[in-house]
This record gives sequence, C-alpha cells and structure tokens, in this order.
Amino acid sequence: MPLTLKPGTRLYSAIDATEMIAVKAPADPIELTIGGVAAVLSADERTDGTPAEGHDGGVAMGKRYTDAGGTIELLVTRAGAAAPAVAGELLGLKEAKPLPASD
Amino acid sequence: MVEMVESGFSDRVLLGSREAPVTGADLGSLAKRGAAALDGYPALVYVGENHPLLPVALFSAAWAGVPFVPVNYRLDDAQLNALVERQPGALVLADAATAPRVTGADRVVVFDEWLATLPADPKPGDPPFDDDAVAVVLYTSGTTAAPKSALLRHRHLMAYLLGAVEFGGAGDDEAVLVSVPPYHVAGLTNMLSNTFAGRRIVYLQAFDPKVWLDTVRDEHVTNAMVVPTMLARIVDAVTEQGPGPADVPSLRALSYGGAKVSERVLREALERFPEVGFVNAYGLTETASTIAILGPDDHRAAIASDDPVVRSRLASAGQVLPTVEIEVRDDDDRPLPAGEPGMVYLRGEQISGEYASGSVLDEQGWFCTRDRGYVDPEGYLYIEGRADDTIIRGGENIAPAEIEEVLLTHPAVAEACVVGVPDDEWGQRLAAAVVLRAGEVVGTDELRQLVRTTLRGSKTPDTIEFREQLPHTDTGKLLRRVVQQELAAHAD
Repeated sequence: MPLTLKPGTRLYSAIDATEMIAVKAPADPIELTIGGVAAVLSADERTDGTPAEGHDGGVAMGKRYTDAGGTIELLVTRAGAAAPAVAGELLGLKEAKPLPASD
Repeated sequence: MVEMVESGFSDRVLLGSREAPVTGADLGSLAKRGAAALDGYPALVYVGENHPLLPVALFSAAWAGVPFVPVNYRLDDAQLNALVERQPGALVLADAATAPRVTGADRVVVFDEWLATLPADPKPGDPPFDDDAVAVVLYTSGTTAAPKSALLRHRHLMAYLLGAVEFGGAGDDEAVLVSVPPYHVAGLTNMLSNTFAGRRIVYLQAFDPKVWLDTVRDEHVTNAMVVPTMLARIVDAVTEQGPGPADVPSLRALSYGGAKVSERVLREALERFPEVGFVNAYGLTETASTIAILGPDDHRAAIASDDPVVRSRLASAGQVLPTVEIEVRDDDDRPLPAGEPGMVYLRGEQISGEYASGSVLDEQGWFCTRDRGYVDPEGYLYIEGRADDTIIRGGENIAPAEIEEVLLTHPAVAEACVVGVPDDEWGQRLAAAVVLRAGEVVGTDELRQLVRTTLRGSKTPDTIEFREQLPHTDTGKLLRRVVQQELAAHAD
C-alpha cells in the first residue's frame, strides 16, 4: 500500500527491529519497502521474518539513506538487517563528514 | 525529535547525574506527559537557572506544539516581567528563587513542582508535525539595543541538527557538562545536539570554575561548552592549583564560543589541557547557533606551526559548515573576494533571520549578521567584530579588535576595549580602556608606542585610561556601548 510520508513520520520494518524516521519526504504517496516488505507505521504491525534477497544489506544506526534524486531521506533510529527501497530501488547511504561537537 | 530519542536511545542515559540517570525512554515519556500539562497554553516560558531536567521543558513544548521561551533570570524585575509579558497567557516555569519575582504572568509554577505533578498519561493523539511552527523564541542579548525576540522554527533547528550532528554519534560513555545558561542560544541548541548525538547532559546550575573542574572529574565528563570568560576563569583556577596540566582525565573535547576569546587565554588553555580537543564555534541566535567551526586539529596545528598564516588561525572562527553559504560584501552590497574584509552574510536552511517583528532575510534569502569579517583563501572565517562597533576616524574604517589584539600582546595587559569618541577634527578619535594584570604596571606612552610600531599612527589610541574591570553581559560579551559612553563623557 502506498504511504504518504511527512518529515517526522516513524517507519518500521515489518519483519525485524529496523526503525527509521523520515527526514525528507516527497508530497506524493510512495511504495516504500524495508527488507523487501512494505514498511509499516506502527511497531504493533511487526511480525517475524527475513529480508528478501537483495534487500538484506541492513542499515546502520544514525545514518541517512536517500534516493538518487534526493526526494526522500530516511534516518535510522534502530539498526537492523533490512534495507529500505522505494518502488523496488534500494536507497543509498548518504555520506556525511562528521563534525566535532560544538555545543 | 522526541520520537527519535525514544526509538534510538530507549536504554541510553541522556540526562541526570550518574546516581539519578534519565534514559531516552524516560525523557520521551516525561515530554509527552509534560505536553498534556501544557494543554490550553500558547507558550511555555522558562525563567531560572539550569536544571538537570531542563530538556523535559523544551521537549514537552515541542510535543504540545507550542514555543519554548527561555528568559534571562538575571535581569532585574522590570526587564524580566517585560519579556514575560511578551508571551500573554503562557505557562511560566521558574526556579524557586525566581518564581516570586514573576508578576507579569497568569500562571507561574516552580519547575520542580510542575515535574512532580505531571499527569500520569501522555497527551493523547499525534503531535503536530508542523515543520514551519515556531519552536523557540529567544531574546537577543541586546548589547546595542533593546532585546529582540528571535524566532527559530522547527525546520531551522532540524536543519542545524541534520547538518552538523550525527544521530547517535556519541559513544555511550560520553557526557557533556553544560554551564551556559538556558536563555543563551548555545544553552538551547546543546539540549538538541547532545540529545540527538545520544550524549548524556550534565548541568552546572550556575558557573563556578572550581565546581566546574570538580564536576568534570566526578561525573567523568568527556565534553564541555563554555563562553570565553568561563574559559579564562577555568584557566586561572587551574593555574592556582599549581603548575602542569589540569587533572581532568576524562575530558576529550572543549568547545567555546559566544564572544571573542583572547588569544593568550586560548594559548594558556591549550597548554593546561594538552589532551583535550578544542573547538571554536561561531554563530548567532538568529542562525540557530553554530555556523562555523575551528576544530581540534586546527588548534594544535596553529600552536605547533612556524607559518604565521597557520599560527593566526587561533584567532579564526574556522570553516563554515558545508550546509551554510557565506558571502562577504562591501558597503555597496557587492560580494568581495577572499581576504577582503566587509559585512558577513549567511544563507542556509538553519538560518532564521526572523524576529517577532518580521523576517530580515533579503530577497535571495541572505541574512546580514552585522558582523564584519573576511574569509581567507583557505576558507577560514575571521570575525573582526560588530559592524556597529566600527570606528570611522577621518574616513578610515577601523576595527577595534585589531588594536585590542595588539594591546593584549603586552604582558601587563589583561583586557582592552577600544572605542570611538566624538572628535571635531576627525569625526571620531580612538579611546581605549585597559585593565592591567594584578601587580603589573605600564605607562600609557609605552602602550601607545606598541600600537604605533605594530600597526600605524592612525590606529594608535589618542587616550588610554586604566580600569579595575570592564563591563560585560553575564555571557561574557563586552558592553562596548557602556565603555564608549564613559570614555565619550570624559572626552567632553
């Protein structure tokens, strides 16, 4: 089912502990999967399972994942084995150079 | 943000002492219950000292969708109530000492009592996810005019966090000691950035250098942020305790900002804290805090180098964040090439540039900082001072900081302030107020000679007065306006 995301929307993998938050989202509904299975909007909708082949690269805590066009950006709040994809296209890791803490 | 903290750090200790820890799950629960207690209030005003659970007030307001408005408790009663009255109908949370002084509000509650009587249940329903809502109202320190209400929206603060801080980037043993007050922009943004990084926040209620050093040791503090006057007092306290490095084995990073630091204090601090990474942060209230950073490697390179350009970096505000654009313009608003000083303009998603009276961003989204400075060819930003402090002597623009730095190179000089006073012939002439180090003596001729030989005659103060001390705001900003009025009165 297509999801309409807003910055701040919490997203859960339906099959493992992976959790993300939308930092940037397109206005239109999208087909978002985590681990190859449609993402869910509540931890209660989670069941056990394994990520589909090709969607099992996992995500790292605190990292951000984005599509080629930069229309969507998801931040990982709980790491897991499931990788996010929009309409079947895997999102890529957004590289950011860490800065020293300033405040 | 509240959801991120709950989800990412449910078991991680984010607040409190080592004896009374508060985890991410605790903080999330307190914020949602706090939001329930804010029902019907258009804003949350906080007026008081730092408190171990201060971020609960901030996050409760965010979850309730109302602005968090910290007010300076050190103001006198009339000034304090004037600022409180700018938020009609707000809930005012205060510390026990300040609560009786607040007369301009409908409802005043002592923060501890408010926390103790929060509703058991969280505010029902989802929080308003309005990126464009005002998250925080901060009053500028007003060194040149009456305090202005600067507005920071959720999108500005999130842009700062996403651009400058890695979510969960802190190790789980890290703790930051915060001694800047809650009404200072750094006191506000550190709540966000450290919580976002997953770093435990330890508060110093009110600053004292010895208590600061003890707390760093007792709480195994790894990070700290201070304003320059605090840094100077910490270095003095370490010096009193004897020669050699300070005894703070856990401390890894010390950031400073909020006002110009004396290069000598910085060099002494680097000597006394040889294992600590120093970070200079430059930013304004209107820019949602830090927009430029001079990092630990730059500090150590400057100390170790023989190259005068690298050595001078200690006086730099560092490099602008990759998410922020900078432009230096001349008096006719034309962009200047690298190395040439002018007015500093900034643009980026974290730059608010907005007051209660309206936005001051130009049509292309640039914010005029009213700071003068330049960016060197390597991309290092140097801030010369507020444009309003620039002295115009016989048509020549003179930045007071340049002369003050020369005066401070004299071993007898502890502090210096150069201002322009009215002059019939030159329009303005230069007058200096100088504080000497304890037990030191030097003549005005010797100091004037020092400036003349280092700079030139037109930048030499015409008069120099000695003072016991100079006036500052409580966050360490020199009150030039007061010095200028005093010296101008003497000049008549």
